[in-house]
Amino acid sequence: MDNVRQLFQYILSGLSNGAIYALIGFGFAMIYNATGIINFAQGEFVMLGGMLTVFFLAAVKLPLVPAIILAIVVSTIVGIIFERLAIRPLKNAQPLSLIIITIGASIFIRGVAMLIWGKDTHVLRDFSGNDPLYLAGATILPQNLWIFAITVLIIVASKIFFSYSIVGKAMRACSYNPQAAGLAGVNVNNMVLLSFALSSAIGALAGIIIAPLTMTAYDVGILLGLKGFCAVIIGGMSSGLGTVIGGLLLGLLESLGAGFISASYKDAIAFIILLLILFIRPEGLFRKKETERV
Amino acid sequence: MKKNNRQTVIFIIFAAAVLVAPFFLKGNYLLNVLIFVGINTMLAVGLNLLLGYAGQISLGHAAFFGMGAYISGIITSRFGVDPFLIMMLSALLSGLLAFAIGFPILKLKGHYLAMATLGFGIIMYILFNETVDWTGGPSGLSGIPNLKVGSVVFDNDWNNYYLVWIFTLAVMLLSINLTRSRIGRALRAIHDSEVAARVMGVNAGVLKVQIFTVSAVFSALAGSLYAHVMTFISPASFGFNFSVELLTMIVIGGLGSIYGSFLGAAILTMLPEFLRVFQDFDIIVYGLMLILMTMFMPGGLVSGLESAMQFVMTKIRGKEE
Repeated sequence: MDNVRQLFQYILSGLSNGAIYALIGFGFAMIYNATGIINFAQGEFVMLGGMLTVFFLAAVKLPLVPAIILAIVVSTIVGIIFERLAIRPLKNAQPLSLIIITIGASIFIRGVAMLIWGKDTHVLRDFSGNDPLYLAGATILPQNLWIFAITVLIIVASKIFFSYSIVGKAMRACSYNPQAAGLAGVNVNNMVLLSFALSSAIGALAGIIIAPLTMTAYDVGILLGLKGFCAVIIGGMSSGLGTVIGGLLLGLLESLGAGFISASYKDAIAFIILLLILFIRPEGLFRKKETERV
Repeated sequence: MKKNNRQTVIFIIFAAAVLVAPFFLKGNYLLNVLIFVGINTMLAVGLNLLLGYAGQISLGHAAFFGMGAYISGIITSRFGVDPFLIMMLSALLSGLLAFAIGFPILKLKGHYLAMATLGFGIIMYILFNETVDWTGGPSGLSGIPNLKVGSVVFDNDWNNYYLVWIFTLAVMLLSINLTRSRIGRALRAIHDSEVAARVMGVNAGVLKVQIFTVSAVFSALAGSLYAHVMTFISPASFGFNFSVELLTMIVIGGLGSIYGSFLGAAILTMLPEFLRVFQDFDIIVYGLMLILMTMFMPGGLVSGLESAMQFVMTKIRGKEE
């Protein structure tokens, strides 16, 4: 009985981490689909979300909801500035230059965060207390419920946005063929900017809702970013169901691996999965093989 | 032929300057710093062969550096075997690992390749941290013996300087020759267009893996030397941050330039030593440098200097006429 309960516990925490990875993965997919860029700074927006919320709560003494909103707004502004200053001027640069620039931006943002908030780990309080709820013998924290609820909300909202709104449709058009979209009257530059804004906002949100469970620090962005990337690779670079499944799968494997094999190799599990997916099925688990993009 | 001669002369001047330098720096702290410039130059040259010439990025090169350091460190601190033999062994093992993972990893391109090498680097970093029985874990591994040849023990700055720089000069010479050979031209062809290179008969798949292996071997050699010079190593020196620092070195110095690798390594090694303020801001500065250099001087300082020289030369010639 005890084992079953433990298993259930691992599954629960795996799923809630996985939901976060999926959200971060969405951010990667949005920018990739609009520009063909993998944004190495994605993880830093996750960090910014958590750290800014802590900052607005503790230093500015704002209530929780305004602090969260402000944190998302500030992270989004950082994302917009990043696109305008470092990405747009290099429109037709080689992938190598873009990789180096997004890495540069990533460590720059991390460095500034370290300078402002120091190297300490910060705690963000749970949104609605941390009295555990009991569900079929296992405990579940209210924060887990928040994570599930917000993730589902974002998935539904983005589905509606991309399928039904004119802006969402325009963004999809850009991802299929920017030139054709431009000819049809879509302002491609604005769509790219929007993709950066949306992805930093979603990244920040992911960082905020996970922070109460895992704590946050200036350098949490690397690992979270990479795991989000892993999720979106499993999902075949889509900002849809594939990435959600990818994230949940990764979270589950990681949590079960940490529980039953070794907790100290928890992070290694995620990256071994990442390498295996990249080696064996770089087009994702759910996608039909496409012609290679040269 | 003429160009070859010029290259040889440049290398001889560079080597002579390196070998004579200690006589002017005896007892100076700078000599100690220059040892690490040498080690970082080896690493930067290795990464530059891969990134600057073949156009394949690696964000996990600190892992091979660490592998060299740990294999040398662990074996020589436990058993009384010849450290030079172990140095060769660690270079061999790192090369084999690079060769094995090279085939699947280098099939990937651009962003995917960057992520895969980053993932590999982090896996190795976790291994350095978690195999505590072997590596000492986060608190590090101490008691690594100095290298010894006959009665000469490499336990002071003077000896270590020559030890490190003889290896570094050898690596540089080898790389210069490599880049000027048929292989070097093939690598540049892959850089510009892999498809075109394949069409022209370059076996791009194998060649990329080979150059990846060569650069891993250079990194492992640098790691072994680092372990014996420092006599203490800890995982913090071999993490993602160091991989990015290596990348910054070659981006600043010049992608696709051996001397640029040296220049970048020298700048990034010396700056924190002489600007104390720099130590708190280092990653901010690295980040800014990566962005600004890529945007405004993609050829690095070396090509910047070259075009400045050309500018001056044409001005002078213009006046003469």
